[in-house]
Amino acid sequence: MTVPVLSLITWSPFAGALLIMFTARYRPLAVRLIAVATTGVSMVGALWLYAVYDRDAAGFQFYEKVPLVPPLGISYELGVDGISLLLVLLTAVIIFAGVFASWTVTVRSQEFYALLLALVTGVFGVFVALDLFVFFLFYELAVLPMYLLIGVWGSSGEIRPRGIFAWAYRETGVGTKEYAAMKLTLYLLFGSAFILVGIFALYVNAGASSFSFVDLEGVSFAPAVQRWVFLAFYVGFGVLAGIWPLHTWSPDGHASAPTAVSMLHAGVLMKLGAYGVVRLGMGLLPSGAVELAWLMGTIACVNIVYGALSAMAQTDLKYVIAYSSVSHMGIVMLGAATLTETGLNGSVFQMFAHGVMTGLFFALVGLVYEKAHSREIGKMGGFGAVMPGIATAFTMGSLSSLGLPATAGFIAELLTFLGAWRSDHRWWLFPAVAGTFLTAVYVLRVAKQIFWGPPSPHFQHLEDARGPEWVALVLLVTVLVLFGMVPGLAIAPVDTATLPLLARIVGF
Amino acid sequence: MSLTAYLTLAALVFAIGLFGVLTRRNAIGILLGIELMFNAVNINLVAFARFHGDLLGLVFTLFTIAITVAEVAVGLAIVIVIFRVRRTVEADRLDLLRG
Amino acid sequence: MDATVWLPVLVLGLPFASFVLLAVVAPLRRAGRAAGAVSIAAIAAAFLGAVLVWSVGFTREATWTWIPADDGPTATVGVLVDPLANAMLVLVTLVSLLVQIYSLAYLHDERPPSLGRYYTFQSLFAFSMLGLVLSPSFIQMFVFWELVGLCSYLLIGYWYARPTAARAAVKAFWITKLGDLGFVIGIVMLWAATDTFEFRVLFALAQEHALAIEGLGTIMFLIYLGAVGKSAQFPLHVWLPDAMEGPTPVSALIHAATMVTAGVFMVTRAQPLFALVPDVLALIGWVGAFTALLAATMACVESDIKRVLAYSTVSQLGYMMAAAGAGAPDAGFLHLLTHGLFKALLFLGAGAVIHAVGTNDIFRMGGLFRAMPQTGVVFIVGTLALAGFPPLAGFFSKEAILAGVWEADMTGPFLMLALTVLLTAFYMFRVVFLTFFGRAPAAGHPHDPSWTMRAPLWVLAALTVLVGLRLALGDVGAHHGPGWLAPLSVAAALGGIALAWATYQRGVVDPGGLAATFPFSVVDLLARRRYGLDTLYAGLYRGFLLGFSRLIGWIDRYLVDGVLNFLSAWTLRGGDLLRHIQSGHAQDYVYGVAFGVLLLFVWSQWWPR
Repeated sequence: MTVPVLSLITWSPFAGALLIMFTARYRPLAVRLIAVATTGVSMVGALWLYAVYDRDAAGFQFYEKVPLVPPLGISYELGVDGISLLLVLLTAVIIFAGVFASWTVTVRSQEFYALLLALVTGVFGVFVALDLFVFFLFYELAVLPMYLLIGVWGSSGEIRPRGIFAWAYRETGVGTKEYAAMKLTLYLLFGSAFILVGIFALYVNAGASSFSFVDLEGVSFAPAVQRWVFLAFYVGFGVLAGIWPLHTWSPDGHASAPTAVSMLHAGVLMKLGAYGVVRLGMGLLPSGAVELAWLMGTIACVNIVYGALSAMAQTDLKYVIAYSSVSHMGIVMLGAATLTETGLNGSVFQMFAHGVMTGLFFALVGLVYEKAHSREIGKMGGFGAVMPGIATAFTMGSLSSLGLPATAGFIAELLTFLGAWRSDHRWWLFPAVAGTFLTAVYVLRVAKQIFWGPPSPHFQHLEDARGPEWVALVLLVTVLVLFGMVPGLAIAPVDTATLPLLARIVGF
Repeated sequence: MSLTAYLTLAALVFAIGLFGVLTRRNAIGILLGIELMFNAVNINLVAFARFHGDLLGLVFTLFTIAITVAEVAVGLAIVIVIFRVRRTVEADRLDLLRG
Repeated sequence: MDATVWLPVLVLGLPFASFVLLAVVAPLRRAGRAAGAVSIAAIAAAFLGAVLVWSVGFTREATWTWIPADDGPTATVGVLVDPLANAMLVLVTLVSLLVQIYSLAYLHDERPPSLGRYYTFQSLFAFSMLGLVLSPSFIQMFVFWELVGLCSYLLIGYWYARPTAARAAVKAFWITKLGDLGFVIGIVMLWAATDTFEFRVLFALAQEHALAIEGLGTIMFLIYLGAVGKSAQFPLHVWLPDAMEGPTPVSALIHAATMVTAGVFMVTRAQPLFALVPDVLALIGWVGAFTALLAATMACVESDIKRVLAYSTVSQLGYMMAAAGAGAPDAGFLHLLTHGLFKALLFLGAGAVIHAVGTNDIFRMGGLFRAMPQTGVVFIVGTLALAGFPPLAGFFSKEAILAGVWEADMTGPFLMLALTVLLTAFYMFRVVFLTFFGRAPAAGHPHDPSWTMRAPLWVLAALTVLVGLRLALGDVGAHHGPGWLAPLSVAAALGGIALAWATYQRGVVDPGGLAATFPFSVVDLLARRRYGLDTLYAGLYRGFLLGFSRLIGWIDRYLVDGVLNFLSAWTLRGGDLLRHIQSGHAQDYVYGVAFGVLLLFVWSQWWPR
């Protein structure tokens, strides 16, 4: 009997959540151990999946199907191909690191971990689901716990209301974690409305018989349908991916969220948005993708440059990283928009690389915040002398961020550049390259302001990372360097998925 | 007398009743207005029964009279209880369910 | 894998192993001198390997897939061993070894963990530089290009608690990154047109005249931009003088002998491609000569000994590039090798002086020859070599460059370079006279440094002399231009020395007065202000870039997000307004129902069917 690995990976965290709520209340250590164990199972599963995946075969592997509502064509259908394989691995790595990064949550840690694990189940589910209905279910599961996680365990900042809409800022309470939680959840649900409409449009147009991705892949939709549904998917998933101008939930959300939530959200959930565009948009609607690639790419270029410039202007450390995510997601979307093999490989690789990198950044920022109790860059300085480990990890993250070779970020960006110049819109290369320069400026500037220079008078009793905090940092840095030096590990399986996907598109 | 005359009468009575419901301050006055509206409906039903030779209209009239009686009983009981609790039956002062 | 492959790979791998060991095994690194021992052992072994490879004269190429793709790898890694690479192997490992030994004494007072960090970065740098020179493709070269830039950033910022060092480190990174943008765009375009990064394939295509791609000139120009940044050509030279914030051994290794020469190396390596675009070559030549002259003028007015040497390096890099631009890359490369030796010597000597006297300011030094005779001797040897005095190594390489430029009919560059010969001799001997001769300042007891610092100095001085003799006796790839060239360059050198002697030693010529007379006053003014370039860049950065970013940040937070908050606030307000419909008065609800019924009635009667 073959072990249903995908179900195991997906539901193990959920089982952990249930275990925590029913057996480990008011026992913090038990809570953490259960979390480590269940995410560990997922991690081992993901690694095993990675090792055993057949790199020569295209199509979905580790297939599982259980009919749920046969008259409507809904079934519990799971499978991975090269793209989702890498993303499942990413999720497993990030949540495993995130569990350790949240070790010091003191208030109601059982509910925190339970919600976090439930959320991760949703994320895993989205990546492996092949039935669009179940896909959407998991998608909602991945969004809704965010409200509680940010609203209860987040941190508030202060934003002074300015400009012509200042009264609106006062009225809605901008800057508080409740505001960030509400904004993030409502905005993402708004996007999911578009996705739902798109899914139903496809279902009806394919004869209202099946929600299965595999079945829908074989259907050739009318060009007008493809165009509009692709647009719906692009907007809906794009909100989650942080495309301009639908990205503003991201800075506030990431800044106010607790560490592990930010790691997961910026690291994985935003990739979920891009994955949706690629899997559902490009995978099911090839002519729609070709028609609207110009829109995708142009907005991606805006993301890259605009995000980088915004990051440069921030004075709150978490906001710098949040805008950095907006900028790097631009590279993901750009790679996909090029509709070339290298570009799409680069896009998926960047999903992975940036996921790890931003997970690392938020873990570090969380540590700095914990030690210094401040996120204000202007007050910091000279931290490198007292926390060299954190400083080193931050530098490594920065280098990957700006695309230094030997880090995973370089491979991603190089492939995207190559894809851009080979695409139908060659000029995309220039904003992308400019983006790396701008990233280098703000990221090294921030690193210098925080870790170099004379010690800041505002802070005493700073210390380096301790104990479980190291796990997250070492794991993530190692992954970044490993995939930077041996990119073939990731590209080989990804290529098996991108080629057939593009073959359908390029045929148009 | 033509059918129109009866219908006009019923409409007028209905309008007076509606006006009373909308404008009377006293809760009992409102109930009286509702009574007038019910009676207008009855006039209408009987008139149609008479001029179309259909007994169904008269059957409905008996129904409505019965319902009116029940409604008046319950309505007046509510008004009495309200008076006991709030010491007023002015409609303007009864807004506990406001949003 | 036979010896021709694994030996170079070993040379490459030894510093890498040292780096990984020091990076991962924290107790070893924190022990300071033990880390130094590991690093030095690795580079010494690498040096031996390099000498072996060079002396046997391997020629070999081997590549392995790095970034796979469906129809063949997108990028490969490997080694390309040929005389060009072999010479660089020896230079890099030799100077690295000497510098690492020297550092043991120079950084004697550092805390052990910091010293360990230093040697970790030194190992990483050695690995990166060796990887660069052994690159068989543009992509690998770019990878290691960036890595050496990283090491430069890390080592300039070694004393990261100093704000000036921190600023200098990021400035170096950013300015070279500007050049690298061109580099990466160029190789992306080249790949898109030819489907390869590899030199072997590209050169073959060039040979068969199959490389007539549209825009090759633009592509090669963009690739050249990388060299402009890395090799500090005008106008991206501004980072190099500031890079002197790093420890002097770092300046000697990275910012004189090896990393900065990567640009020259790249242009030399890619010569078959550049030969196809003579316009770009001409530009390279002119920019190189102009850089040489410009930097020389700035060196004349500097008072910090390291900065004089930094500008001197920029100037000499200009020479090398001018040679490449004139179609004489061998001359440029020869100068790269000889310059690597004597410039490292000068920097290490300067380091000894700084270590002894405690200041970088040449006007606070003097009469050091008596106190530090050995340092003085080697420094003067290096200075003579730099000034181009026969029979030292510098003379032959400089003459070769001048000959090459002359024969390419590039008169403008030739004149600039010739003038620079005079200026070079002048400013270098200015330093010598002010530092080693004249009256000693009252305070301090300077003395020759310890053996650990002296030995590398003597080795380099000996090599400078020996290489020079070898070039004089043999005829190793050196040009001999028109007959009047050698005497002219020697005369120019002597002229410069004489002027310096007259001004600073004898006091016959007053430097202030000289600087005040036209046309020197103009040059003096501009040179002291560094031709406004540093101010320009600072203004662009602070005013334009940061200002623009603040604008974007404001727009995002208060306009883009403002619209969203506006909608949200209006939703809240709208709800507040609508709330009043729910008045609580039953009569109002009846009113509503009645009104609705009326509307329905009207609609049913009057709406056209």
